[in-house]
Amino acid sequence: MTDRDIHADADNLLVAGDPTAPVKAVKARNQWLDVWDQFKTHKGAVASLLFLIFIALFVLIGPWLWGLDPAALDIRNKDVRPIVNALWGAEKVSWAHPMGTDNLGRDLMAQIMQGGRISLAVGAAAMILAILIGTFVGVIAGYFNRLDGILMRLTDLFLALPLLPLLLVMMLLFRDPLRSAFGPEQGIFILIVTGIGITSWMHTARIVRGDVLALKEREYVLAARSIGTPSRRIITRHLLPNVLSPIMVSATLGLATAIITESALSFLGLGFPPDFPTWGKILADSVPRMTAFPERVIWPGLAISLTVLAVNYIGDGLRDALDPRIRGM
Amino acid sequence: MLDNAAKPSKPLVQVRDLQMHFPIYSGLFRRQTGAVKAVDGVTFDVMEGETLGLVGESGCGKSTCGRAILRLYDITGGEVAIDGARIGKMSQGDLRPLRPAMQMVFQDPQASLNPRMTVEAIIREPLDEHTKLTAAEKEKKVGELMDTVGLNRRFAKRYPHAFSGGQRQRIGIARALALNPKFIVCDEPIAALDVSIQAQVVNLLEDLQEQFGLTYLFISHDLSMVRHIATRIAVMYLGKVVELAPRGPLYEEPLHPYTKALLSAVPEPDPALAQTRERVVLQGDVPSPANPPKGCNFCTRCPAVMDVCRQIEPTYQEVRPGRFVACHLYESTGTADATAGHP
Repeated sequence: MTDRDIHADADNLLVAGDPTAPVKAVKARNQWLDVWDQFKTHKGAVASLLFLIFIALFVLIGPWLWGLDPAALDIRNKDVRPIVNALWGAEKVSWAHPMGTDNLGRDLMAQIMQGGRISLAVGAAAMILAILIGTFVGVIAGYFNRLDGILMRLTDLFLALPLLPLLLVMMLLFRDPLRSAFGPEQGIFILIVTGIGITSWMHTARIVRGDVLALKEREYVLAARSIGTPSRRIITRHLLPNVLSPIMVSATLGLATAIITESALSFLGLGFPPDFPTWGKILADSVPRMTAFPERVIWPGLAISLTVLAVNYIGDGLRDALDPRIRGM
Repeated sequence: MLDNAAKPSKPLVQVRDLQMHFPIYSGLFRRQTGAVKAVDGVTFDVMEGETLGLVGESGCGKSTCGRAILRLYDITGGEVAIDGARIGKMSQGDLRPLRPAMQMVFQDPQASLNPRMTVEAIIREPLDEHTKLTAAEKEKKVGELMDTVGLNRRFAKRYPHAFSGGQRQRIGIARALALNPKFIVCDEPIAALDVSIQAQVVNLLEDLQEQFGLTYLFISHDLSMVRHIATRIAVMYLGKVVELAPRGPLYEEPLHPYTKALLSAVPEPDPALAQTRERVVLQGDVPSPANPPKGCNFCTRCPAVMDVCRQIEPTYQEVRPGRFVACHLYESTGTADATAGHP
């Protein structure tokens, strides 16, 4: 029992004891505060949120504080090992490059910062796009029987497409027109986000459709229909809030998939331009010399996996916090 | 008795030959191969201010009938008129302005409230949909409704899972009352509640009826509760109304063999009387509504079955003033006065 409940009960007792006391509705407590209270009880989610904020600051403000250009070549300082290697008396370490440098002398920390910006932006944007498409298709297919067949066959069609070849063809076809229209970085960003977005919405759509099919037969939806609530508001008021949990889960998984797909594209050399670091690309570039310089794979790998893990935890905590039954209100 | 004293003046709801069939699809090409005849030709009137009890065993189409009358389904055939408006074939869009006059209270108070909405939001939903009140006016109205159904206003910001079954049913009733309806379909509103709470909710429904002049279609399988609340009672069997009569006469002298069997199943509290009572036990199961028997629907289980029952479907007719029966046993009086359900 929380403090709030005890106070509320105490108030009830007062009212019960004094029938002349005006029964006034307690001032409404902002529901988002309750959500935040519940979220705070999920230790993993709070830790993950702090970590994600840290990562965000690291990649957003970091380059500005660090000041090193991730693309600057410094052949004299190539293959510097990370500073931790000094612990076991390593060869070439320098406080000027705490994470080390690559075979061209580019500072790894600056690359991770710069690459994180792109990876996070691509991951978030592609995930949001995929969730929007998936939820839309899923809700429409689940709610309107007439469209169910067509939309689900469309979903099957997309699922049957081999994703990577499709993305490669898209890159080849649209890279140059988009580059000339939006500039090299913007153009490729739009292309990658759209590419990943429209090839990863299918699982969300299937999950949402399944849930909507079950939910629309519930009595509260019937009650809304008997009130005369039009379909669009039944969807927004009754169905969407109740399919939030699976959407949330697919969103967190989607972010991970998006970051990894972008890495795969970069790995194949069809992502961002070669001099433009992303986490996936740093990782891909370092694979040939992985045995000699494992840190070059570990840093971006760690960044990707910790971010994905943090987002999963936050999604978990958020899902619990948004469910009034778990919130215990 | 109340039956004669409060004789209602005019019918508020007229149901004529209502049919609600659910198609069955099967085979490779999902072709329609049949239909579940959940409601198959139901005719009755509900008078203004009365409570019409609709009883029958589970699966006989009571709930479907109630929902079809409110056009929660697209009905297969027949006509429904509420307060003079023929709504049987209206589109849902045209129906929307008429919705405030007819509301529904659901069976499962847990399932009929959205778990993600506060009580206030649930009761406010009809107001949001049909009125142009300001937020403050809506809040005031929600408070009044909560008072009316006996809920503490302090609970307005709580979620349905924090309430007991009886309280949840009160929330559902408050939602149904929000738009000042004339006609409420109560779809087994007490079936999911404890006996002690059942009485509270039924008394609340009766008080509200008196206060607001409501008309109820009270669907239930609890015969003693229907006896308590209903003015007239319609008995359904396999999608059809077999008997409709005022409460007193129906319980004193049931006409249809099915009604007799049904009423003999009501427990008798007096052991002396219970000893002498004749219990009619029906043999067999209810036939599938997808494949009802030829002739009378009840002919497979009827203790008084005749040859004609297996051939010809009995007409639903008024055999005595105010008493309608669909049975060959009473058909000899002539079929000329087989009119609709007016008393």
